[in-house]
Amino acid sequence: MEKSLSWREFIITRLIQTSGYSAILFVALIFFFLLREGLPTLGQVDAASLLNIRWYPIENYFGILPLITGSLIVTLGAALIAVPFGIGTAVYISEIAPRWMREILKPLVELLGGLPSVVLGFLGILVLAPFLRVFLDLPTGLTALAGSLLLGGIAVPTVVSVAEDALDSVPRAYREGAWALGATRWQTIWRVTLPAAKSGVLTAVMLGVGRAIGETMAVMMVTGNAPVLALQPGSLFSPVRTMTATIAAEMGEVANGSTHYHVLFFIGMVLFIISLVVNIIASSVVFRSKKRAERILS
Amino acid sequence: MSGSANDYNPFSMKHVFPLFLFLSLFISSCASNPAQAAASSAHYIENKGSDTIVNLALAWAEKYQSSHSDIRISVTGGGSGTGIASLVNGTVDLANASRRIKDEEVAEAQSNGVEPVEHIIARDAIAVVVNPNNPVNELTLQQISDIYSGKYLNWQEVGGEDRPIVRLSRETNSGTHVYFLETVLRLGSSENKTLFSMDTLLLPSSEGIISEVRDNPNAIGYDGLGYVPEDLKTIAIANEEGGAYVLPSIETVNDKSYAIARDLYMYTDGEPAGIVKEYLDWILSDEAQLIVAELGFVPVLK
Repeated sequence: MEKSLSWREFIITRLIQTSGYSAILFVALIFFFLLREGLPTLGQVDAASLLNIRWYPIENYFGILPLITGSLIVTLGAALIAVPFGIGTAVYISEIAPRWMREILKPLVELLGGLPSVVLGFLGILVLAPFLRVFLDLPTGLTALAGSLLLGGIAVPTVVSVAEDALDSVPRAYREGAWALGATRWQTIWRVTLPAAKSGVLTAVMLGVGRAIGETMAVMMVTGNAPVLALQPGSLFSPVRTMTATIAAEMGEVANGSTHYHVLFFIGMVLFIISLVVNIIASSVVFRSKKRAERILS
Repeated sequence: MSGSANDYNPFSMKHVFPLFLFLSLFISSCASNPAQAAASSAHYIENKGSDTIVNLALAWAEKYQSSHSDIRISVTGGGSGTGIASLVNGTVDLANASRRIKDEEVAEAQSNGVEPVEHIIARDAIAVVVNPNNPVNELTLQQISDIYSGKYLNWQEVGGEDRPIVRLSRETNSGTHVYFLETVLRLGSSENKTLFSMDTLLLPSSEGIISEVRDNPNAIGYDGLGYVPEDLKTIAIANEEGGAYVLPSIETVNDKSYAIARDLYMYTDGEPAGIVKEYLDWILSDEAQLIVAELGFVPVLK
């Protein structure tokens, strides 16, 4: 009897362990694959042409700078929308809303998160882009701004649901302590609850930004996909081409093993590295703030 | 949704399992492909390629199957290059292409033991379209080239209103894009290295171009004649200044007076035989060419 129990224990532990390690394995394999397909680019295209400002692969112009700046400007715009809105909504749902409102809002936000991005893309093409063109008097509404607004919308539910969970897990005693000291509701939220849930809220922001930078379909439909270098804030109002849209639009047609094929994988590699760096920075911030909190508590 | 947010892990088993499922399905579908190909020589025709041709190919397949109940034709799009690549890999019987096969592709095919044979199955014209509120009615090829290369930035420069020009194009992987680049931007000259202006919007679908032109009075776009709805304004085009401005139509494409027209192709591996040959012969029959006209393409006259 005792023996069979420990056997079962052993198997279950190993199974869980394997699934844990599989995450590392998958990321490593994906990265290895990207490197294998992407690195030959450096042998076929010299660095100067990669840093060129023209992307026109069918004539061997492989300047990836416009694509990188395009992705960055759209993602930055999306983050500026999704972070305040997402955290604000999470704070409202978790701290302020009455119970019945909460029961309505939470499922609704989750439903919003489940909307296919293609559907939002349609809305973007048919409603958002024409509206932006007329409202802001732009030559065309298919701009980085349209992409940012859509991506912001796509990222908000992710931010809300993760941040709300984080706020929810802050012990009630923290808030009661603050109230007992005479803090107002706002002071409690701003000085106590949010800082206590900081690592979870930061995870929410990172997941939201990750969702935004990796989103493809909706962006491809509304940003106009013109590979123009986007360096000034004004570029937000002109068409841009993102890295993801480039890969999605061109991968299907490319001859296997050609220079263009390797460059597309190289772009995938750059995208991977960007999100890796963002994640490392975020977790180091969380790590440092945790250590500080431990020092204060001890 | 109750645990701490720190426990959130995107690589948990819950997320990885569908991946396994997907991978195993993917592998099994790859494995079963050769078997399918073997069976297809009896009753199946695989037809893949150009998005320009896909609606036409579907209409043909439907009509043909209604009179030949023992034959199943599967039609998929994806682009001319995708179709030819599939022919080279031996996964399709007929590759649709809106451009001629490239020399590299022929070389790649031959190294794979595939001998592409060309069949002209229909003709197509590219219409240049603007918003109905745009007063511009006619342009020369040179003017269109200068608009797309970025030399003209305002509609005033070609006789229109004081509005910025918004250039719309299909994605670079579309056969229509390459054809437009060679025939219009470079005016058919291989020494001409004119490129699309960098701020040309590259839209992934015909629908994207049509809806933007319909909505935006600044826009100019191009697309296959078969895909242009009546509520957009089609531009009459002259080969050179002083020449006659010609609107695209079945007649003007057939008598070659309209400048931006091309042939559409199907490629087979070697001379077609058996059911594929019968199907190709039927495609060139009057019955099938009638469908070509119905879809806005231009029939091949014998």
